Amino acid sequence: MSGVVHLPGPQFRGPDLKELVSATAFGDQDAFGRLYDAVAGPVLGLVRRVLRDPAQSEEVAQEVMLEVWRTAARYRPERGEVMAWVLTMAHRRAVDRVRAAQAATDREQRVAAQSHVPPYDEVAEQVEGRLEREQVRRCLRGLTELQREAVLLAYFRGFSYREVADMLQTPLGTVKTRMRDGLIRLRDCLGVGS
Amino acid sequence: MTDTVDTAAATADLHLLTGAYATDALDEPERGRFERHLAGCESCAEEVAEFAETLSRLGAAEAVAVPPELKRRVLAELVTVRQLAPEAHEDADSPVPTDRVPRRRGRAARQWPKLALAACLALAAGLGGLAVQQHDQAQQARARAARLEAQQAGFSALLTAPDARTATGTVRGGAVGTVVWSSARGQAGFLASGLPALGADRTYQLWFNDAGTMRPAGLLPGSGGSLLLQGPLDGAVGVGMTVEPAGGSAHPTSAPIMLLAFA
Repeated sequence: MSGVVHLPGPQFRGPDLKELVSATAFGDQDAFGRLYDAVAGPVLGLVRRVLRDPAQSEEVAQEVMLEVWRTAARYRPERGEVMAWVLTMAHRRAVDRVRAAQAATDREQRVAAQSHVPPYDEVAEQVEGRLEREQVRRCLRGLTELQREAVLLAYFRGFSYREVADMLQTPLGTVKTRMRDGLIRLRDCLGVGS
Repeated sequence: MTDTVDTAAATADLHLLTGAYATDALDEPERGRFERHLAGCESCAEEVAEFAETLSRLGAAEAVAVPPELKRRVLAELVTVRQLAPEAHEDADSPVPTDRVPRRRGRAARQWPKLALAACLALAAGLGGLAVQQHDQAQQARARAARLEAQQAGFSALLTAPDARTATGTVRGGAVGTVVWSSARGQAGFLASGLPALGADRTYQLWFNDAGTMRPAGLLPGSGGSLLLQGPLDGAVGVGMTVEPAGGSAHPTSAPIMLLAFA
């Protein structure tokens, strides 16, 4: 073991989310309500980062939560944490919404308009979860600038890696590998899978 | 810049797309191509799962306060969204669009006997002599479907009982089991997901725990599903689950893999 102390992720606090999902699969609305309380904040926060528009973001967050209710029985606890399962759905839906809404020309304009904005300087402050945020920030600082920008432009802005390559004026192949090795470095820093 | 690569290089290339895939940065048709690759590449799937976990930490750090109306809207919509059945989780990873239809449990079960009977009658018309046998089979099918329907109806009734309570536990390996019970109805139901699949010669069996004595409460074949437990609650203090020979046993023949208390 290294001397690094890994803070427990959000999944280890509060109610056991796996049990709540299991009861939700049963049609237990009360359990779903508690599951909602645990994940809705992260869902809406992530969706809002990608979509920006508050009204649209709430709409997508609502869809995601209903999808959680609908597919609770399909969640496989051995495959990963509940938060990752829910946020993967949330991110996919937010990105699909962005891509569907944007005609090719709009997207080019969007790339041009947003390429100068640093992607990680506008975190909404909230006391709860500050430790996690601090740890995430610390780990992000451990990435090279190219790794960090590639990962964050894709994850928080919903850009495709082709768009990211254009924005960073970097060859496609390089962006592809930087996203991957950036995530590997983040994964190790956050202690995921260890 | 265009990619002109041979097949081997293209496969190596696909491996490198785990990061872009996990961040949803692939457009179609590349996303589809990578998902097909993922189905047969265990190390890629593992990496994608770890990246999903990693990114969820980034996402969760973005949590915002949620307007209370949103929860009210979501809860109000629940009745319009039909939940997927637990049994069919083999294709859990394929994203399915939300279908909003009024929730009606056991619809397939209700339709089945009619279809089975119609098919048998059609056969009987052509084959005369076989009619009696076919009719017997149809009756069996009908009886089975009726039992299924009664199960479903019983389960729904149990879930909506005003005093219904649940307890959940995990089995080694990550499977999850939940028991729901109602003292007023004197009934209990059980749901499990993610149980390891058993061979055809074995089955999961549920038991009422009468303060240490196990009373048979039904069989749960396959790797999960829901079951209205057979027999009354009486003084049971909980339920247990064991692995038994196919057909079940009168008494447990192995140590319980899960015990849940009615508490």
